Order: sequence, then C-alpha cells, then structure tokens
Amino acid sequence: MSGDSDPSRCVARLDGVDLSFGKVRALDAITLDIPSGQMVGLIGPDGVGKSSMLSLLAGARAIQRGRVEILGGDMSSAAHRRRTYSRIAYMPQGLGRNLYSSLSVRDNVDFFGRLFGHARGERERRIAELLQSTGLAPFADRPVAKLSGGMKQKLGLCCALIHDPDLLILDEPTTGIDPLSRRQFWQLVDRIRNSRKDMSVIVATAYMEEAARFDWLVAMDDGRVLASGSPAEFLERTGASDLDAAFIALLPPERRSQYSKVIISPRPERSDGEVAIEAEQLTKRFGDFTAVDDVSFRINRGEIFGFIGSNGCGKTTTMKMLTGLLEANDGRAMLLGREVDAHDTEVRRHVGYMSQGFSLYSELTVRQNLELHARLFGLPAESIGARVDEVARQFGLAGMLDMWPQALPLGNRQRLSLAVAMIHAPDVLILDEPTSGVDPVARDGFWNILIDLSRRLNVTVFVSTHFMNEAERCDRVALMHAGKVLASDTPAAIIARRGKQTLEAAFIDYLEDAAAVDQVSATSAEPFAEHSDLAGTDRHHFFDFRRMYAYTWREALELVRDPIRATLAIIGSLILMFVIGYGINMDVEDLTFAVLDHDDTAISRDYALQLSGSRFFTEKPPLAGYADMDRRMERGEIALALEIPPGFGRNLARGREVSVGAWIDGAMPARAETVRGYVEGMHVTWLTQKARELYGDNAARSEFQLEVRYRYNPDVRSLDAIAPAVIPMLLLMIPSMLAVLSVVREKELGSIVNFYVTPVTRLEFLLGKQMPYVCIAMLNFVLLVALAVFVFRVPLTGSLATLTAAAFLYVVVATAVGLFLSTFMRSQIAAIFGTVLITMIPASQYSGMIDPVSSLEGVGAWIGQIYPATYFMMISRGVFSKGLGFADLSGAFIPLLVAIPILIGLSAAFLRKQER
Amino acid sequence: MLLANIFNLGVKELRGLKRNTMLLVLVVYAFTAAIYVGSKAMPETLNRAPIAIVDEDQSSVSSRITEAFYLPYFIPPRLIAQPEMDLRMDAGLDTFALDIPPNFQRDLLAGSTPTIQLNIDATRMSQAFTGGGYVQSIVTGQIREFLTRHRAENRMPVEIDLRSRFNPELNKGWFGAINELIEAVTMLSVILTGAALIREREHGTIEHLMVMPVTAFEIMVGKIWSMGAVVLAATAFCLFFVVQGLLDVPIQGSWALFMTGAALDILAMTCLGLFLATVSGSMPQFALLVMMILMPLQLLSGGVTPRENMPEIIQAIMYAAPNTHFVILAQAVLFRGAGLAVVWPQLVALAVISAALFLFSLRRFRQFLQ
Repeated sequence: MSGDSDPSRCVARLDGVDLSFGKVRALDAITLDIPSGQMVGLIGPDGVGKSSMLSLLAGARAIQRGRVEILGGDMSSAAHRRRTYSRIAYMPQGLGRNLYSSLSVRDNVDFFGRLFGHARGERERRIAELLQSTGLAPFADRPVAKLSGGMKQKLGLCCALIHDPDLLILDEPTTGIDPLSRRQFWQLVDRIRNSRKDMSVIVATAYMEEAARFDWLVAMDDGRVLASGSPAEFLERTGASDLDAAFIALLPPERRSQYSKVIISPRPERSDGEVAIEAEQLTKRFGDFTAVDDVSFRINRGEIFGFIGSNGCGKTTTMKMLTGLLEANDGRAMLLGREVDAHDTEVRRHVGYMSQGFSLYSELTVRQNLELHARLFGLPAESIGARVDEVARQFGLAGMLDMWPQALPLGNRQRLSLAVAMIHAPDVLILDEPTSGVDPVARDGFWNILIDLSRRLNVTVFVSTHFMNEAERCDRVALMHAGKVLASDTPAAIIARRGKQTLEAAFIDYLEDAAAVDQVSATSAEPFAEHSDLAGTDRHHFFDFRRMYAYTWREALELVRDPIRATLAIIGSLILMFVIGYGINMDVEDLTFAVLDHDDTAISRDYALQLSGSRFFTEKPPLAGYADMDRRMERGEIALALEIPPGFGRNLARGREVSVGAWIDGAMPARAETVRGYVEGMHVTWLTQKARELYGDNAARSEFQLEVRYRYNPDVRSLDAIAPAVIPMLLLMIPSMLAVLSVVREKELGSIVNFYVTPVTRLEFLLGKQMPYVCIAMLNFVLLVALAVFVFRVPLTGSLATLTAAAFLYVVVATAVGLFLSTFMRSQIAAIFGTVLITMIPASQYSGMIDPVSSLEGVGAWIGQIYPATYFMMISRGVFSKGLGFADLSGAFIPLLVAIPILIGLSAAFLRKQER
Repeated sequence: MLLANIFNLGVKELRGLKRNTMLLVLVVYAFTAAIYVGSKAMPETLNRAPIAIVDEDQSSVSSRITEAFYLPYFIPPRLIAQPEMDLRMDAGLDTFALDIPPNFQRDLLAGSTPTIQLNIDATRMSQAFTGGGYVQSIVTGQIREFLTRHRAENRMPVEIDLRSRFNPELNKGWFGAINELIEAVTMLSVILTGAALIREREHGTIEHLMVMPVTAFEIMVGKIWSMGAVVLAATAFCLFFVVQGLLDVPIQGSWALFMTGAALDILAMTCLGLFLATVSGSMPQFALLVMMILMPLQLLSGGVTPRENMPEIIQAIMYAAPNTHFVILAQAVLFRGAGLAVVWPQLVALAVISAALFLFSLRRFRQFLQ
C-alpha cells in the first residue's frame, strides 16, 4: 500500500474489514489508510463494494468483521459514533435518495438542520446561505420530485453541508447528471474545500475523467482494493495513458484476458443513404411539462447513432416515441419508411428495443427468456431452437442458458438483454443506456458486438449513453438537453465546430449556451462563509425535542401530500366501520315464509297468521304442493315452509294429537337457528293463547315466570352491540398500519439512512414519527364515534370524556404496536400483511369482540388478557352501552398505561441505529 | 397468432408464479388450511359462556338449576350475592346472571307463580343472542322436571315438528367451509392477476411486451386465463379433496354447474384485479386498495350475513358485485342441490358483470400502457 500511514494524518483507517450479504461477499479483507484533508476518490465499476465501504465509513452500516477508525475513533463504538455524527456528512448513491421527493427544496434542508438540533434563526441563516451559494435559491419552493438530476445532487450537498462536517462522504454524486451540472458540482465542492481547508472528502465515482482530478485514488474490484495512490502514481505504475486504461491494467490477469480493445472499422460503402429512423419535430408533453421539444434527426441504415445527455433530458422519451411505446403530441416518427403507430404491430417486428436498466423476466431462465421473445415475435416454432442457440453463441451466452438472470454478472445480463432484443434479427436496434453500471471490460466487449452488428449485418444502432468515450465511437451523435437537441453531427465535427479538445468540453460549451438562455442551472459564484460556531449541534445526546419534532413535522408534511395514505388514514376506517356495521349483522328480519295449508280452516289460518303478523316474517304466496315447496326452497325464495296437516282444526277440537310441520332452509345455519327460535316461540305463544280460550285462564297460567332482561341493549339491536366493539378493532388496525408503513417506507426508499448518520436518537425518531399518527387516529376516533352515534344511531350512554381519554391512550398504544412491528419488517408488502394478521385476528377473536375473554381457553385466553384491545373494548362498551364513567372503568386504564412504555421501550431496543 | 400469443403469455405467467414462493404458499394456504380452519373454527352455538347465579332460595330447585349449567356450553356458574351482580355485569365479567328469589321453591309449589330473573349482557353479540335461548330452556326444563312429580297439567295436543332442510343438523362447519372457499376464490383472483401486472411494471418488463408485436388485449387475456386457471384448478381440488374429502361436507348439486359459476366469478375478479393494479402506483398501494375493496365485497355479498338484513340501498349496490351472485349460486347449488333451471339468472348476471368488467378493464389497461 502506498499512501500515508501516519495515523494522525489519516481521516479513516480500515483493518481487515470483511462484509458479506448472505453468501455474497461485498468487501474482502480490506486494509487501507485514507489520508485526511484531501479529495479521495474510490474508483471501479458498479457492484465492487464502493458503496458498502462508504456506508461503513459513514457509520450507516454495522461493521461485521475488522476495524474501522474514523476521525481518530473506533466506529464500532456507539459512543464514538455519537460524537462523530455531527462531524461526518454522508450523501448516499442515487439521485436524491436520502431526500424527500414530495417536500420542497427548503423543507428538505430545513429538515436536516432540525436533525442537527439547530435553532430556527440559525437554520434560516444557514439555509439562505447554502441555497444562495449553490444557486438553488430561486427554486426553494419547488418539490424535489420536480428537480433535475443535477439540482437534486446540489440539494443533497446542501443537506450534507448544513452542519459543517469535517468529513464529507459522497457516493457517486455525479452519476446520471449532465456534464455541465457535473462540472458545476465539482466547482462547488472545490469552493467549499477552499473555505474549509481541513475538510476531507471521500468520493466514489464511475467517471475516470473526474477521478483524474482527485488528490488520491483507491481502485477497487470484486470487494478488494487493487491499488491506491495519486492519479500520477497510477499512470506511472501501469504505464497507461489514461485512467481507464490504467484501471484495466490493474485488474487481475484472468479478468483482463476477457478484454479486447474496441476497434472501430469504417462503415462499408454499401450504405446507400437509406434512412432507417427519422424524427420530425417530435414533441411530447406530460401535463404542463414538455419532455421532448421539437426534436428532429435522421439515422441512416447501418449507422451507429449516439444520444447523449443527462437523466431526464428527454432521451428515453424520444426513444419510446420511436418504438411506439409513447404517442407523440406533435411531429412525426418514421421507422424504415413507415410512420410509427402504437397500434401497428407490424413495424415492431423490425425493431429491437432494450430499455433502461435490466428488464427481463427474472423468473424465467436465460433460455426461457429467449424462447418467449422468439415466440412472441412469431418465429416459426421449428426454427426457434436453432435461433436461440445461434444468438447464444453470438452473444457469448452459450454456457449459461439454464441459469436464472439474477445469477449472472451485470455485464452478462446486459448481453442477454441485447440478445433478446436481437432474437428476431431486427433491422433497427434502439438501446437506452445499455452500459450504465457495467465495468469497463464488459462495456468494451459490448461495444465490440454493436460494431460488429452495424458493420457486418448492417443493423442500425440507436444508442444512448452517459459515457463520452462511448459517444466518441458512434458514427454520429446528438447532444440533448432539457428536451431539445443541441447539436447532431459526427463527434469530430462537433468538437471542431466548438474548437474544443474533447466531446465533453464541446457538450459543456453547448450546454452553457443553452443555460445562458434559460438560466436554469445558473450557479452564483458567491463564496462559502466559514462557520466556526457549532452551537446547537451537540446539544443533548439522548433526547432533544427539536430533533424529535423534525420527524413529526416531516411526517405530517409527507402525509398531506400522499393521497392514498391520507385517504386510508381518514376514510378507510369509516368505510370499514360502515361495511362491518351492516355486514356482520345478527338481526334477522323480513324472513320469507310460505304456508302449505292442507286444512284451510279458520283455526289453521289463525295459526299461520301468528307468523305473518310478526315483524320478523314476510309471507309469500301459499304453497301449491310439495313440488312447489321444493322448488321455491331450492331457489332460496323462502326461508321457512309451514305445513298444516289435513284435519288440523277438527283433530284439535277433539283433543287428538296433531303435528305441524316446519321446514327451515338450513343452508345458512346461523339464520336457520334464529328462524327455529322464532317459530318455537311463536308456537308456544299461540298454544298459550288457544289454551286460554279453550280451558280458561287458570289452566293456561304458568307455574313460574322467567323474566328476561336484555341489559344495555334492550331492543337487542345488532348495531348497538357491534359498533362499540368495531371501533377498538379499527383504531388498532389502521393507526398501527400507518405507523408501520411510515418507518418501513423509509427503509425501502433509502431515506432511513438519515436516521443512521445523524445525531437523532432512537427515541426521538420513534416518538417523532408516532405523533402525527396519534393525531390522525384521534381524528379517526372522532369520526367513528360520530358515525356510530349519528348514522348508526347507537346510543352513547356514559361519559364521553372517559371514552376520549381512553381512546387517546389506546391510539398511542396502537401506533406503538406499529412502530414495534416496523423494527422487524423490511418491505412494505410484508408490513401490510403482517400488520393485518397481527392486529385483526387478535382484535376480532381474542379481545372479547364476539366471545368474552373469560370464555377463551389456552393461548387465546392468554393473548386476550395481554392484548390492549381487550381493555379498550371494555371501556368502549362500558361508555357506549352501559352508561359508565371513569370511576367504574379506571381498572381498564391501567393495562393501557402500562403498555405504552413497554411497547415504546421494546421498539427502541429493537430498532437499529445502523444497517446490518 | 392471436391465440398463440395469448397462450405463450399465459405460460410465461405460470412460470413466473412457479418461481414466486410467497404467492404459491398463499394459494396453497388459502385453499387448504384456511378452509379447514374456517370450517372447524366456526364457533359452536355456545362455548364456555360465563354465567353467574344469585341463589337467594338455596332450595333443591335452585341447586338443580345451578347444576344444569356445565361445560362446554357454560363455564360452571359462579355463585354471587345480589349486590355483586350489577358490578360484575358492568365490568363485562358475566354474560348471563340468573337471579333466583328467596322462597322460590315454596312459591312454586304453592302455585303462586314466582318470578325468576335472567339478565343478559346484550353487548355480547352472538353469545347473548343465542345463549339467551339456551339458558331459558335449561331453566324451564329443570323447573318442569321438578314439577312433574307434583301435579298434572292441561296441555294442548299440538306439536311442532321442526326440520332443517339441506343441512339437517345445522352444522355450521359446512357453511364455513363453502364460505371460506368463496372468499379464497375472490381474494386470489384479484391478488394473483393484480400482483402479476404490478410486478411487470416494477421490473420494467411491460415495456418489453409493448415493443413486441403483441396487443394489450393479448397481454390481458394471457394474464386472465393463466391466473384464472390456477384459481379454478385450486377451487376444484379444494372442493373434492378438502371440502368433500377432509371435511365431509355433502355436496348436493352439480359440481359442473358450480364450476361454471366459479369460472365466471373468477373472470370478473381477475379483471377487477387488473383494474386495481392499473390504478395503484406500487405494490403497497395495491395492497391497501385491495384490502379496502375486498372486505366490503366479502362482508356485504351475503356470504357472512343474509342479504335481507342489509339496508335496501346496500342490497341494490351489491347487485353489481360479482360475488353476490356467486354466493347465491354457490349456496343454491352446493347446499340445496339446485339445477340450471334455478340458478340461470345468477349465471346471466355473472356473465354480464364479467363482460362489463372485462371491457372496462381493457380500456383502462390500454390507457395505462400508453
């Protein structure tokens, strides 16, 4: 290892650091000293461990093996990490990955300021300064989702710099942004370094041109450090002319042997000027945003045509319009002399398209993917096998036909995508950033294939890329920016026209012209003010209201801007209560019945009248016979059939035994049981009545009276019983789901990293997230009670204040349940289903909603006794139906009060402050 | 070409499903364990109901009554004093409280019609509603038996002969099993197709399909037939081996008729799944939407409680839901043995709803692909 080994001058020291994810080894025995006060670059393709290493340095990820020392302390010590949070700034990979896309520029910076405990005045001063000096001030109120890639990265830098860090860690900050923004970004970093001379910067990058400007470099491959030293040392050691070549020279021999230099053969003369692709004044608008603005170009048959520009400048949209995936608002797209029409599937047979990122079926093997596409392109069935083999040979996939795509390295996967796009031997290939993230060796291999396709098979290749060295290999290129084509010609002609040395410089020149017109990416040259005051940053180690409130405030803002979650939060519980109120109804009314009266006398009719007069039954036309009865019962038209035997009246008068038949539809057992109860009751009443008529009062008098009092719900209305029991279930399920999603979403989107690398404590994070959901849940509570009282007409007989107080405790518990669950969940889908299972089943089965807890046995009884819903159910029923107040229900408050600290304590204990 | 594409696209879906362990587990669980548990766990009419007795008489009749409440229907009664009764009911400890007044037996034998009081906590839903009848008949039976030795009585010679058709023992497990089966059909048809579409979008593969010579119609039908076939096959398996085999539920009617209804319901539900997938931006949003849509569909379709109980407006709205008709059809065919002559209106309704949902989803799907 070259480099500085004097520990006092090292910002970071790694010793024997290993890191693996399952079976994959991301870092392999890394030992490295990184000098301080310098601009250090980490170079190498995607997936070699650069990001893993940076996240270890930032303290965002837990160390598995080895020792990492940052700023003179051991990063495995929580105390040291606490001390260094406010000295390190970390900007993770991905455009705006740690930013909140629905929040505005100012809100984002403000959030970071709060996380570091800055007071309002100080925050405002710093935000104003940072936005001014990065040129973002005019866009302070724009949501992050609507910023360009370059602006997002500048904003990321603002957020990282708000606390004046000593160590700035940037993970691929310039990937996917245009050359001008890239240059402005580095100028910005240089200015910051000028004003803060002792600040160390560690940057990962895939652009070798950028790396050439850094003070010190670390080349990585396959989880290992290949070499470290200054760029000059790299070139000297390898004898290469540029860093790209130097990097390839540093690779281990077996990897290097796959490399073959890209040789661009001239285009054969046979091209007769036939136009393969033609765009004429293409325009595409999304709402009021013009993604592609009046774009025109022509691509000849067999040409390799390059498309360069930043993310979001309209390259992909243009390509999609040419393939027919998108319809243009204006203008014309021609492919092989035919107008592109989304409904014309014929033209698609001549085009192969490779979309950005890997987009094949990961659930199909390499062979199955190739075969599926061959079939869908309508290749004759008998030739498919041969064609798949041929393509596999051509693209070097022969040995991996039965593997799953995920098992392949990125470079091979890209070759597979190209093979799929070529399976039907198209005349035109449209490739959207096919090489981003691919290592230089594989990238050059890919280009060799493209050149071969163009020169030998006369395939037209339309390819977009970020890499200028790739663009230089094209026959012609188009420079695109903000929906417009700035220039379109051969690379040499473009360079010459601008009088520059390189294509990149020429592109920047064009961009600066364009920027001068629209002023979008203007950067003021205001110097960076130096802050020496660190007031507020180290205020409280364990609990700080300002930091907690940062999360509360941000969560509330996000919630307001996410329609689906907000709807679920407010209306979801109302819908569910409404549905359950009517859906789980135990009242049985309007039962249909019909009579088969063989007797048809006054007394038999009187018997039937007993039923039809009741509010529970509705009489249907009499039955004509047994067949009619069968038919109507089968149809479900009648739930009950009464058969009165012949001679009913006569036999009754003579005191002979008679028997009335009643057939009940047993298809719905619960309903059948109710019917049976009603019929028996009716029968007894009729008998008593008749007995009184026949034998006089004395005979009919019963021996005793059984007085039944339905307490709390004298009308025995289902809704009165259900509504007070459903409220606890909904107030548990929905708030806990919202709380669980609020944390798991951050894990899935990546912004959880802000929690990992800032001084926010676990308790601040949890309580801060909980607060908005407690408020929403209380709003829900009010709405549910209002629905019960005003729509369902459920009487509320007890103390509303008691119910409200209990509801408050209960929703705190419910959201804490969600937070507790969130510590175990990683994906939002798992969180949704897991929360439903864990809340709905115990709340509906074991909390006394249907059967009282005292009726339960075994595990169910045990769950019922500790589950918070049990106690709120008690309070809810007590207040709604039983007319109780606080004095009667105070016992049920205690378990709720106890549950809160336990659940929050457990959540804090299980929540990780670092990724694992 | 059209049929070949539809076939190939469907086969691709099946291969995808084969690799998705989580969804496969869900399918297997929903059609086996969930049905079995759903059938067995249907609460018996009354189970371990808590009852308290205030015995102010301390006679042989009162002890007779006390002894008549036993497991599994009732927890052995707790003997309490009169003042405790209200407190215990307020606290929700007892569902039933029986108050036997002093000198009950003496008054009974003297023919002075004493009153026994039964308090029922009517907030206790089903336990209160069905258990009340049990308690009354137990008390009445015990007192009658006690009295038979003491005097004769005048009775009317009329008996009522109650018989349940289609399910003579009113075995709730049968109902539970079929109900679970219907829920599984509904849920999986929606989730399988919806998830298949969202996965394609999240992985960017849907774009790939669109640059090939296939149409939106072919893609949609490919998804519907493949996922629908999985659900239909699982339904048939479940009906034969789980419902009929394991749970011993007698199936009355023609299973072919039931499967026809199931196929139409599945068609409608898969279309609904695709529609929901086009509306929601991501898998979590889809999951939330599905929850908010499936629950009303299942609870209000008449599978859980009879439709007659619901307000007219809800009954009318639910006529537009395919599973309302499917529930009617399933109950008629499977329990009552009804034939085509009886259930044709349901089949027609299902066909009409399916066709409408298909056309609507196809339109939405085309827009979504643009």
